Amino acid sequence: MKTRAHAEALSHAPPPSLAREGSRVVLRGDWCLFALRPRLLILRAQLRLQTQHLTEWDLSAVTRIDAFGALLLLRCWGKTEPASVIMSDIQRAAFDRIRNAAHQSLPHTPIDWLSPVRVVGEWVLGAASHLYDFTTMLGLVVLEVLRLVIEPRNIPFKEFSAALYKTGLRAMPISALVGFLIGVVLSYLSALQLRNFGAEALIINILGIGIIRELGPVLVSILVAGRSGSAITAQLGVMRVTEEIDALSAMGVSRHQRLVWPKVLALACAMPLLVAWTSLAALAGGMVCAQLLLDIEWAYFFSVLPNVVPIENLYIGLAKGAVFGTAIALIACHFGLRVKPNTESLSANTTASVVTAITSVILLDALFAMLTRGIGVPLR
Amino acid sequence: MSEREGHSPVIRMRGIQTRYGPHWVHQDLDLDVYRGDLLALVGGSGAGKTTLLRQMIDLQRPDAGSIELFGEPLQAGPRAERFARRRRAGVLFQQGALFSAFTVYDNIAFPLRECGGLHEDEILAMVMSRLELVQLKPQHAMLMPAQLSGGMIKRVALARALALEPELLLLDEPTAGLDPERSARFVELIRSLHEGLGLTVVFVTHDLDTLSALANRVAVLAEHRILATGSLEEVHAVDHPFINNFFRYRSAVGERDETEEAGS
Repeated sequence: MKTRAHAEALSHAPPPSLAREGSRVVLRGDWCLFALRPRLLILRAQLRLQTQHLTEWDLSAVTRIDAFGALLLLRCWGKTEPASVIMSDIQRAAFDRIRNAAHQSLPHTPIDWLSPVRVVGEWVLGAASHLYDFTTMLGLVVLEVLRLVIEPRNIPFKEFSAALYKTGLRAMPISALVGFLIGVVLSYLSALQLRNFGAEALIINILGIGIIRELGPVLVSILVAGRSGSAITAQLGVMRVTEEIDALSAMGVSRHQRLVWPKVLALACAMPLLVAWTSLAALAGGMVCAQLLLDIEWAYFFSVLPNVVPIENLYIGLAKGAVFGTAIALIACHFGLRVKPNTESLSANTTASVVTAITSVILLDALFAMLTRGIGVPLR
Repeated sequence: MSEREGHSPVIRMRGIQTRYGPHWVHQDLDLDVYRGDLLALVGGSGAGKTTLLRQMIDLQRPDAGSIELFGEPLQAGPRAERFARRRRAGVLFQQGALFSAFTVYDNIAFPLRECGGLHEDEILAMVMSRLELVQLKPQHAMLMPAQLSGGMIKRVALARALALEPELLLLDEPTAGLDPERSARFVELIRSLHEGLGLTVVFVTHDLDTLSALANRVAVLAEHRILATGSLEEVHAVDHPFINNFFRYRSAVGERDETEEAGS
């Protein structure tokens, strides 16, 4: 019961107040931060009204005062404290804690006219350091490959297989679903147009070349960049934050051999398979839709497909997959290894990793389109 | 602070039961912490010391039992009231738990800004006084947590915990990871703050030097409950296998020091 009464006493402590009594200013109540906060505006205004130099201040009725309460009074008094202040030793201690810092004000930061130049410079230097780091990593990964050819005993099969499982097999359901739905949509929209021209049979050409050569690889790359690329960056980044990467180095284990290399190889192997799988799902979606809308039988679809889509398109699609996969893994590892040990850097690098990976995939795709423009497109 | 508040417990834990899966951590645990205490929670690894500390400020809930903080049940009242109660306690986490995206200045200013209504000038003065309190220099204010050494992280974290001048300070392994000199200085710092601010301090430690230098009361946590509380001497005098074992090492160190001094 006693504790309850005590709690009541505490919570019903008189609120902070200030009154002028003759030539004295009398303060009462609880002058702690949380008690002051609701009345801060009023108290500040009241404090400003006091002609501090002439008056005598009486703090004997103040139940508690903390450094913030003391700060309010000190700032009201200014540099010269009033001649007469009545307070206890405990209250004086609160003033002493804050007195040195009380009259500091925010330093004025001079306007930096050179900042635009600096921003550009920092951007260029940042880009250069990215390029430098990326090239270094690429070189080290290639050296690692040579080293593993000489000493195949060191090939990190376990890491490779784990990465293959995580980035390849686990991505199969989502890529199949997305592929199927995109196939349905593409087929539906094309069918509406083709029917106007009576060119229903051409849907097989459109779906075949469009999906196998272009849509399959790009779609999977974007999915994998978002799914596995971010995971790789975050994983390496957290290992960086928790010093696990340093621990590896300290044990004389190359991070490029054990962490980067298996992931790059795994994605390079998994991506063509995922591309084939997703293209298959997209074609299935297109086929279902074509059968429903245009009455094109599945058997007919299958028998015509090899005739209208030259086999080169499949090779190009699979090659794209391998190249995109390698690019995504390298970019993800690059950003992962650049993470500095703080949360901000981790999130910034993960974002940058995904954005850069998707952008590079699309740039590489354009490059592919230019280089292979004469291959596998039947011209009639 | 005043005499009338001297006898009611700041924290009152009754019948605390905690378990992780099939593993019991606390069973029927009772603990009182009084105003002005410098209470050390000691016990073996995995005895649930940190868990107990977390339960005191509702970061974790026990499976059963009641906890009162400042004389009121921890869960009582609406959200705002519960949060206000929690703000009266400052916590120093084991790894510091500084916000790594903020500078030292912004870390310490954070609880003050959350409070609302303070001018930037006042926040500056408060932050600078906290830095002074933990013996850091003003130029350290603009550093990022990643640039700080272990001892500095602890001091910045302490400064942040003290930003609102809490009545209760919880320290999880305050001297872990500090060298003996730094840890002695940190202990000295907490002692002086305890006197200056009239704080109640609860701390978890494994370090017997910290324990004997800092604590004015010791609570031994073992066998899922508080085995003994009291001054270091009183606890030391309790005849229990765990306590004998725990403090045997300490007396061994003490004796070794003496023989070394005698020999040199």
